[in-house]
Amino acid sequence: MAEKKIFGITALFKDPDSIISAAKKTSLSGYTKWDVNTPYPIHGMDNAMNIKPSKLGFVTLICGLSGTTIALLLMWWTMSVDYPMVIGGKPFFSLPAFIPVTFELTVILATASTVAIMFAFFFGLPENSHPLHDTDYMKKVSRDHYGVVIEADDPKFNETVVKDFLKSLNPVSIDVIYYPEKETYPIFEPKFLGVLAATAIIVSLGTYLTLNSLMYIEPFNWMMNQDKIIPQSKSEYFADERGMRMPVEGTVARGFIPYPYLGELIPTEVLLNPSISTKAILELGERKFLTYCSPCHGDFGDGDSRLRGQFQNPPTLHSDRARNFSDGMIYHIMTNGQNIMPSYSSQVSREERWAIVNYIRVLQRAKNANEHDVEFAKNINIE
Amino acid sequence: MTEINLTYNKKELPTRYTRLGVLLLAIGLVFGIVAFITDQNRAVFNYLIAYSFMISIGLGSLFLIALEYIVGAVWSVPIRRIVEFFAATIPFLAILVIPLLFNMHELFHWSHEEAVAGDEILEGKAPYLNVPFFIIRVFVLIGIWSLFYFFFIRNSKKQDTTKDQNLTKLNIKLSAVFIPVFAISITITAIDWLMSIEPHWFSTIFGVYFFSGTVIASLAAVTLATVLLKENGYLHPSITNDHLYSLGGLMFAFINFWAYIAFSQFMLIWYADLPEESFWFLQKWNGNWAVFSILLIIIHFVVPYAALLAHPAKKNPKRLKFIAVWLLFAHLFDLFWLVMPESNQLSEGYSFSWIDLVFPIAIVGVLMLIFKMKAKKENLLPIGDPKLKRGLEFHL
Repeated sequence: MAEKKIFGITALFKDPDSIISAAKKTSLSGYTKWDVNTPYPIHGMDNAMNIKPSKLGFVTLICGLSGTTIALLLMWWTMSVDYPMVIGGKPFFSLPAFIPVTFELTVILATASTVAIMFAFFFGLPENSHPLHDTDYMKKVSRDHYGVVIEADDPKFNETVVKDFLKSLNPVSIDVIYYPEKETYPIFEPKFLGVLAATAIIVSLGTYLTLNSLMYIEPFNWMMNQDKIIPQSKSEYFADERGMRMPVEGTVARGFIPYPYLGELIPTEVLLNPSISTKAILELGERKFLTYCSPCHGDFGDGDSRLRGQFQNPPTLHSDRARNFSDGMIYHIMTNGQNIMPSYSSQVSREERWAIVNYIRVLQRAKNANEHDVEFAKNINIE
Repeated sequence: MTEINLTYNKKELPTRYTRLGVLLLAIGLVFGIVAFITDQNRAVFNYLIAYSFMISIGLGSLFLIALEYIVGAVWSVPIRRIVEFFAATIPFLAILVIPLLFNMHELFHWSHEEAVAGDEILEGKAPYLNVPFFIIRVFVLIGIWSLFYFFFIRNSKKQDTTKDQNLTKLNIKLSAVFIPVFAISITITAIDWLMSIEPHWFSTIFGVYFFSGTVIASLAAVTLATVLLKENGYLHPSITNDHLYSLGGLMFAFINFWAYIAFSQFMLIWYADLPEESFWFLQKWNGNWAVFSILLIIIHFVVPYAALLAHPAKKNPKRLKFIAVWLLFAHLFDLFWLVMPESNQLSEGYSFSWIDLVFPIAIVGVLMLIFKMKAKKENLLPIGDPKLKRGLEFHL
């Protein structure tokens, strides 16, 4: 069996005062690799051990300041450069609104990175088995004793000298701690890993089943699910399972009047003009004619378009053919379209189309006036 | 561990402190009276600042005493007498308040009946903001504080001779009653004296804001006195820098608390931007008051925060002495910023007047005289307190 390697020599004390004086004497004696183990923090230990103030504070400061910077840069970039938005009339970069986020990020970066760096650099983790673990010494200093350990790594270490020195401190007992013969990693043992995996599986399954079957309660959804048929939904009540029923034959949508001659180029039959040429109707017809018809047909129906030759000009509305069209035929052309003229039924309503027909009749009569018409016009009072 | 010597030899403070205090007070009094004659409005507003500062020191100290008892603090026991001496300001408030009550019409817009009539907001507040009820509140509150002060101090003093532990228990019970009373009364005080000079404005956090400044001021006064007395050897030798560290830590905490509260108040009003609230901050942004507003952040938060951030800074007596004086000034500046822009003659911007310097001189004089008077009568160490030995042994 190979010779055991010494980790260090420990000494146990009974009360806090003697550990303080032991720590003072140890630090004075010039050892550098040594430590004190106590069940709870003891006031004044830092001074007694002559420990210099920790450098960890600087880490916290730097990480905190970088949190501040990151937060401000992030909000400056997102809120005033990349996607500026006016919120409550405030400037794009409005510092008071950014302070809470800056504060939070400062705090979280300072604390989280302090803990991380403390573990990684100051504690020297991951160290999974310290030689002091599982020793009688460690059990005692976790309970009611106070201990000093001088490590063998110390340049001044000499087993007999250290033992004599520790004896001079009047301890309860002195122990030599050896490194374990073989480095063991209890956390990698199959048994431990198996227990870990089993625990994980049982806990996740248990949680899943408990929350999804045993304890499942439908959360209140503000009456969003109601026992009625809504559009597009399925219904078991009907044989074809369609919640929406087909309308009865001959059903017409409200406000819709069917036009029976749609698609016929030269209908044999047309509708009769239902509207009367009142002043209001003619004014409506004029307005709609100027809006929808005049771009191609010209302001007075002469076929002089404003299209500058982009399309073929339509023929004049004052030809004998056009004047001999019945009202229903003009209405049909507007509704159905003719040659390159499309249907205007979607832009111009039924009443408006009839009003335009009446207005076209007025234009036709005015453009082709005879003497009788002139006499008639003289007799009426024009305002 | 070295045994702590608990025998206490009383050491008198030198009489030159009294002379200096009398001198400062005399200067303050003479110039104060001249100020009241030459420029009554400005003098009253300055006097209000001084009076609020005295409330801060006295009431804040009483709060610190109660805090020590209720949390069972040990480290502060050896310096509790210093806090008690500062708390002795409280009974004097009843005298100090009188010049303000005679000049209420200069100070409070709501005290003019013709101004209240026809003003819907002020009419609504009239059941609370009226002269008789105001005066009743002022004296009832000073009475309650004085009563608590009297009981706290009597028990503490009695303990010096009887060494009766039950007196500590009695004071703990007293603290439990005092702290809620303190919370309500300091809110009322802040509303009455500092918020009602602009009676149209309201802020629910204002009492807490004044409280945070109050604790900073009293802690700074206690720290300054402790460091000065310690340097000149009047304190027990076992009172070390570790005790100072606790004072420094508390100051640091309350600087942050003040900044938190002040910013909370500002941000909500700034964000909502309702005219009924935001005009108060706009008033403090008028003309060169904007410079004062920016300076307030730097003086009251940035500088002391940076100065006290590091661990060694909180236990360095020189640093603490400097920062204590700084914080006392900062609290004065805070009150100045709260009060002065509301004065009609300064609403457009600040212009210097010698009157602004007079009353702070008087404050220092009054505080020195009260401290000296109490120090002459009482021990600087609560020698009968059962926690004293542990308090002296305190180490970080």
